[in-house]
Amino acid sequence: MRRPLGWQIATVKAIAQETAHVKTVTLALPDWTAHRPGQHYDVRLTAADGYQAQRSYSIASPPERAGEVDLTVERIPDGEVSTYVHDVLAAGDGVEVRGPIGGYFVWEASTGGPLLLVAGGSGVVPLMAMLRHRAAAGAKIPARLLYSSRTLEDVIFRQELDSLASRDGLAIFHTLTRGQPKGWTGYARRIDQPMLAEVSRPLGTAAVAFICGPTALVETAANALVQLGLPQERIRTERFGPTGT
Amino acid sequence: MTERDVVRDLTLDGNAVAGLLEEVFGGEMTTADGRCAHCGSTNALGALLAYVRAPGVVLRCPACTEVVARIVQTPRETLVDLRGAAHLAIRR
Repeated sequence: MRRPLGWQIATVKAIAQETAHVKTVTLALPDWTAHRPGQHYDVRLTAADGYQAQRSYSIASPPERAGEVDLTVERIPDGEVSTYVHDVLAAGDGVEVRGPIGGYFVWEASTGGPLLLVAGGSGVVPLMAMLRHRAAAGAKIPARLLYSSRTLEDVIFRQELDSLASRDGLAIFHTLTRGQPKGWTGYARRIDQPMLAEVSRPLGTAAVAFICGPTALVETAANALVQLGLPQERIRTERFGPTGT
Repeated sequence: MTERDVVRDLTLDGNAVAGLLEEVFGGEMTTADGRCAHCGSTNALGALLAYVRAPGVVLRCPACTEVVARIVQTPRETLVDLRGAAHLAIRR
């Protein structure tokens, strides 16, 4: 039996700007437990009057990094917690968290593959933990990531994804839905069934799929994969919404 | 944006309330299976639709969208309404 889920005060070790609207917060945890890629932490803020706001943020770092986690957070304009994380939080601050949490949307090298990852926007964060873990564990399991962003500037972890894609067995496909740079050769529309058919075909119907993003993208992609013959029980989804990110 | 789109955009899933579920049930619950009392379909709690912008959390069946579970926390207690769940199968 694992330890009971309790709150602890993590210390902000560093904050990095990923894109215009996304930051990664590195938290040092006094009571660190190795997470499973895809899990998240709950973050709780308490105001002076006792009012509390709580959100869950996916872990971006791999479990191979001991003692700390990266939480990658998109700034939601009216978000109670994400605006605080973006506009107020600084290195050295304490922040109340509990985790790691979750078990449904989790992939480990021991789960096997082939692995099909589909992300929209900051939905790439838990999938990044899976890809970083895959690399850290030296797994050669074939993997493909289809990642939808508005523009090239909105692609989170762009350079690292490029370098990961040069490794054994991982292919990454971008689609840019709002604007494309000159000479763009990737996809330039919302994720649809023909796109998923092209990307997933080499993996076959034995793949395990993880889809994370806004509800509309998650439902489109999950339905398309079922149409393409992937069994429902091998499709795992996680919806990111205005309150969850 | 239509009202339907707004509701759709606010839809999360059981993963988003995994911490609350673990707090209430004492263990990881997103991989537990819940059988919907309305339509009989079985889904992992992580796959249920979650509505969290309310005084409590409402979990709905992804097949028929009926309410499976409602959880409300007050300063004194946690209220759990599982009328919409025929059963839960929790991994040991």
